[in-house]
Amino acid sequence: MTFSPALEERFAKLLTSYPPGRTRSAVVPMLLYAQDEVGYVSRELIDEVAKRCGVTSLQVDEVIGYYSMLHRHPIGKYNVQICTNISCQAVGAEELMEHASRTLKIANRQTTSDGLITLEEVECIGACSWAPAIQINYDFHHRITPERFDQLIAALRDGSYEKKAS
Amino acid sequence: MADPVHFTIDGHQLEAQPGTLLINAAKQAGIEIPAFCYYDGLTLQAACRMCLVEVEKTPKLQVACTLPVAEGMVVHTDSDTVRKARKGTLEFLLTNHPLDCPVCDKGGECELQDMVFRYGAGESRFVETKLHVDEKQWSPVVFYDAPRCILCYRCVRICNEGLGVNALGIGNRGASSEIVPNMGDHLACDECGACIDICPVGALTSGTYRYKTRPWEMEHVGTICTHCSNGCKTTLGVRNGGIVRANNRDRSGINGEFLCIKGRYAFDFTCHPDRVTAPMVRVNGELKPVSWAVALATVAKKFSELKARKGKFGVIGSNHTTNEENYLLQKFARKVLGTSNIDHHRTGDVATLLDALSGKTAALATMADLYDAKAALVIDSDLAQEQPLIAFQLRANWRHHKAHVYCVTPGPVREDNYATTVRAALGQEFDALESLRAKLAGEPQLVIIFGAAIKGDAIRSLVAFGDSLNVAVKYVCLVDYSNSRGASDMGVLPDLLPGYHGVAEAGLEPGLNYDQMLASNELDALWIVGSNPAARQKISRQNAFVVVQDLFLTETARLADVFLPAASAYEKTGTVTNVTGEVQKLVRGAKAMGPKSDLEIFTLLAKEMREDIGAGKTEAVFQEIRKTVRGYDVPFPIIETGGAVPTVPLNGRVPVESRPELIRSARNTLYTSGTLGRFSAMLNSVLESPGTLYNEPPTPEPEPPVGTVTG
Amino acid sequence: MLYNEPNPLEVKIVTRRFGMENSASIDAYLATDGYLAIRKALEMTPEAIIDELKTSSLRGRGGAGFPTGMKWSFVPRNTGKPSYIICNSDESEPGTCKDRLLMENDPHQLIEGMLIAGKTVASNKGYIFIRGEYRYLIEIVDRALAEAYAHGFLGKNILGSGWDFDLYTHTGAGAYECGEESALLESLEGKRGIPRLKPPFPAVVGAFQSPTILNNCETFSAVPVILRDGGPAFAALGTPKNGGTRMFCVSGHVNKPGVYELPLGFPLMRLINEVCGGMRNDKRLKLVIPGGSSSPCLKAEECDIPLDFDSLAKAKSMAGSGGLVILDEDTDVVAVALRTIKFYAHESCGWCIPCREGTTWLKKILTRFHDGAGKPGDIPLIEELSNNMFGRTFCALGDAAAMPTTAFITKFRDEFEAYLKRTAPPVTTPELAVV
Repeated sequence: MTFSPALEERFAKLLTSYPPGRTRSAVVPMLLYAQDEVGYVSRELIDEVAKRCGVTSLQVDEVIGYYSMLHRHPIGKYNVQICTNISCQAVGAEELMEHASRTLKIANRQTTSDGLITLEEVECIGACSWAPAIQINYDFHHRITPERFDQLIAALRDGSYEKKAS
Repeated sequence: MADPVHFTIDGHQLEAQPGTLLINAAKQAGIEIPAFCYYDGLTLQAACRMCLVEVEKTPKLQVACTLPVAEGMVVHTDSDTVRKARKGTLEFLLTNHPLDCPVCDKGGECELQDMVFRYGAGESRFVETKLHVDEKQWSPVVFYDAPRCILCYRCVRICNEGLGVNALGIGNRGASSEIVPNMGDHLACDECGACIDICPVGALTSGTYRYKTRPWEMEHVGTICTHCSNGCKTTLGVRNGGIVRANNRDRSGINGEFLCIKGRYAFDFTCHPDRVTAPMVRVNGELKPVSWAVALATVAKKFSELKARKGKFGVIGSNHTTNEENYLLQKFARKVLGTSNIDHHRTGDVATLLDALSGKTAALATMADLYDAKAALVIDSDLAQEQPLIAFQLRANWRHHKAHVYCVTPGPVREDNYATTVRAALGQEFDALESLRAKLAGEPQLVIIFGAAIKGDAIRSLVAFGDSLNVAVKYVCLVDYSNSRGASDMGVLPDLLPGYHGVAEAGLEPGLNYDQMLASNELDALWIVGSNPAARQKISRQNAFVVVQDLFLTETARLADVFLPAASAYEKTGTVTNVTGEVQKLVRGAKAMGPKSDLEIFTLLAKEMREDIGAGKTEAVFQEIRKTVRGYDVPFPIIETGGAVPTVPLNGRVPVESRPELIRSARNTLYTSGTLGRFSAMLNSVLESPGTLYNEPPTPEPEPPVGTVTG
Repeated sequence: MLYNEPNPLEVKIVTRRFGMENSASIDAYLATDGYLAIRKALEMTPEAIIDELKTSSLRGRGGAGFPTGMKWSFVPRNTGKPSYIICNSDESEPGTCKDRLLMENDPHQLIEGMLIAGKTVASNKGYIFIRGEYRYLIEIVDRALAEAYAHGFLGKNILGSGWDFDLYTHTGAGAYECGEESALLESLEGKRGIPRLKPPFPAVVGAFQSPTILNNCETFSAVPVILRDGGPAFAALGTPKNGGTRMFCVSGHVNKPGVYELPLGFPLMRLINEVCGGMRNDKRLKLVIPGGSSSPCLKAEECDIPLDFDSLAKAKSMAGSGGLVILDEDTDVVAVALRTIKFYAHESCGWCIPCREGTTWLKKILTRFHDGAGKPGDIPLIEELSNNMFGRTFCALGDAAAMPTTAFITKFRDEFEAYLKRTAPPVTTPELAVV
């Protein structure tokens, strides 16, 4: 498989970041960074990462099922992740999740038919003091009300979404 | 030995070596601490939490499988707290277990059933929905039913640590964790089925056995695998005279944990549709079924007639028949037929090794030595393919004892993962050995295991090399089949009598060897027992009367004038000698309708010819062997009760003729086994079949698995 | 960037640069005593550094509160093997959001703390393990690392001392369990984050089978100031055996939730009323989860308590990760209990039976219970199952799931019982297997 020059550079750095003979350490980062570019962890990607890190495909496969951020199937362009853990729950995250599901017309872990948005209920994302919080791909958005949520979704849809942590 | 530590378990004052795990210390004292994930010889997991016990002065319950005993420790394994903990753990375990015991293959021999019976609660409080995942087929022999799986990781460990195959892993997380195969949705592995045997529940089931029977409907017969030379114990599950399964769950043999695909699944040749069950005689150019009486009379008449007119006989023996049969065959040839023309397909030059070791004591390694030796050197063998138990022993030795293993092979081998390896083309082995000289000489002791590339004078050079290292060296001369060693020991050779006495001692001249007999146009009769030379070379025979004893109408059998259907090793009693010279007993498991054991055939034939070849019973022949064959005066009770006894062959010169060209290994893989393998549907059904030698090993292993315990 | 207003009651030690312009830059760091502590450390013996930490009575800020100086002293030195310095920034304990701020606002402080650890055990390599969701922080920390290299604080022959130290970031990919130190090491080695059998402890056999110092991000971040100003000064900020300040992450029903740095031993009620502006909408306090979701909750009447490791332990709860969830009278405790156990069931690695099956079973019972299909027997069953997990699992995750569940059900049994009296149970659809 070939990747973008930036990703290749990152991989090259990763493979030298660990002690000699320990390239297996690069498996998880490599999968996550590659997933960001490829969209999901394909069988081909598993084999590629295995080859690059000097491990078996099975050893890569085992890892994928373990880490919740790695997924084996394509998802939407924007992964909208709503934390509903206790701090967020206390200030309306479950209602927010319901709102999201209703307005996007998709259930948890589903993707809109246009392939733009995947909705995911997630565990604590480390924004407890500024709850309820969501992540759109890797961007944090704090103190999300249903109105603020709708604005963000509208921005995703009309392309005006800016990469900015609120 | 260090000073023992003293401790108390359930009020019993006990002692054990420091470092002994509590679970084992208890076991030594006859106290069972239940466990699923703990498994002797594999890494510690502490995952099942069944072995929690109370240790005084420790607030929490302790895991007995990882806790070494300590001086003054006071342990309770049967307190209310412990019993409650076990009950709680089993209750957890059953929440997602389907409890489909009535249709589960494992029902009746399931460790989970036994544990719940002994330690579990009487009723279930779980009223929620169980997780369900469909069963998966990973290969013709391996099926996985995730809901039944208790995640003890034994299968993963036996595959990765034990075999070095690394075909199983763990997928997902939490309650949906499951075992996953290396190819995503299927397995590419040795198909050995070790994962199935080691599974305490019915999560892993075998394609050959599933839904065939209930365990209690079978008779369990411990016998010796009839395929390769390693001599693994395999326990046949026999129902109505037919073999339903073979496994190794009782770990009673020299193979301990191990069995390969052949030992576990390739018993099915016994009931192959092409199996011949009636004798045949050539009538008008065609083989026609006849009765045993007619067939035997035909052979006896011809043999007697030829003997009377001093006709020339040629006799080819087998690598699979028992010691008793081999002994009787050579006796028949030499005494009844009056010929020295007897040989077999030789797959290793055992006789030359014995001669080269003349004057040395304790120079032959046993299977157990391969697990205990500090170092081992392998020359010209892809052990994992050709000699799987030896490969397993060496690997276990490395895992448990950090043994040093050296390999001199023409291509990659699985041992490359942990051994010091030197690639050497055939014939270049000695240059490679020189490059290892310093390392080998630095070892405290060494076992040298060599394949068929080392034969004739090369063996003498190898022994000289071994001598020059100035360390204690033992040897293993690799041979191919289940009784290749026995054929040699029993004198199925033109120049050597049983026990490696020269024929001259009996006032005889050496006879024709294997190649000479097959190429001869002057033989009047050619008698081929359990061998298929026509598959490998041309048989001239001309006008010879050909008698063939075998299970199938092989290429050779098709040339026969009389074909006598023979019983397989699983259908008879007797002894066989494995590659490391250990004698073990075959126990009759299956019943073959029609075929007769070779021993019975020899006896009936002698009787028909009105000749005396002595007692016709296996036991009687074995007693004669014990008395007359050097090295075989072994303790009978051990063999009779299923043990293995190393033979101690002579320590003196063997008048062996150097004929290296006659030493030809068939180079079997894990999925081939001469005629028997060809007629095993199961062997031929796996993706890996027929396999090749010297392939890249599956995965690098930088260091032994952590937390390894010695077995 | 700051996500909440600081409070005048705060004692800003590890957060003192927060809010400064470009606080993450090396220039800002150097302008505020940055990298002075490592200069000092380079002149000190390992024993002296460890003594300073012991005097400071700094305790691990990740959750267990183990004395840091003692932890460092367990690392064998001069073994001939390499040793490693690992920062646990896998912050995942629900209610906790402080490491994120430390890396975002003051990454050089963390780097310097790790450098000092490296110097102490003569290590040459370290890794900052950052949870996968914190991708933007990897960029920030990587930038800081590059600056530190450029200024000679990392790399070869640091400050002419002849000592080399390399530091890297390493991303996780979504697994709470990797916050457990040995699971983190497994993850760092490219494997599933299954905890390791202990002993040996990571101090002796840690990363790559070598001696390892492994601390939480906030713990490392406190090290430079301890070395610079001395252990006694840090210790004096807190209470005996609970030295210094810590970052309290307050969430829930208060007027001003936020992350506040306060001395250890700061009274909980003052935190709620004076720092966080009291309860939202003037509601009454019902309960506090004082140290991340795994800590047993405190009922309102138990909240007159100083926030330090020992006081909370005495109250049969724990200071944990410093994440406080303040919940008011309207809170449905059953819903909180359910959400908590859902989390642990989701994050259970599956390795051992009691945790894997126990969390899942509890989740199922509580789901049914919350849906209105509870039965009287469920309450004692939940209690008993929690007890059957507690103390019997392979790692602390089982305890982390059992402790809060037990606390919710024993302290709010009346609420659970009230649930049973609700209207007729709705029809529940069987939960489909998720594979």
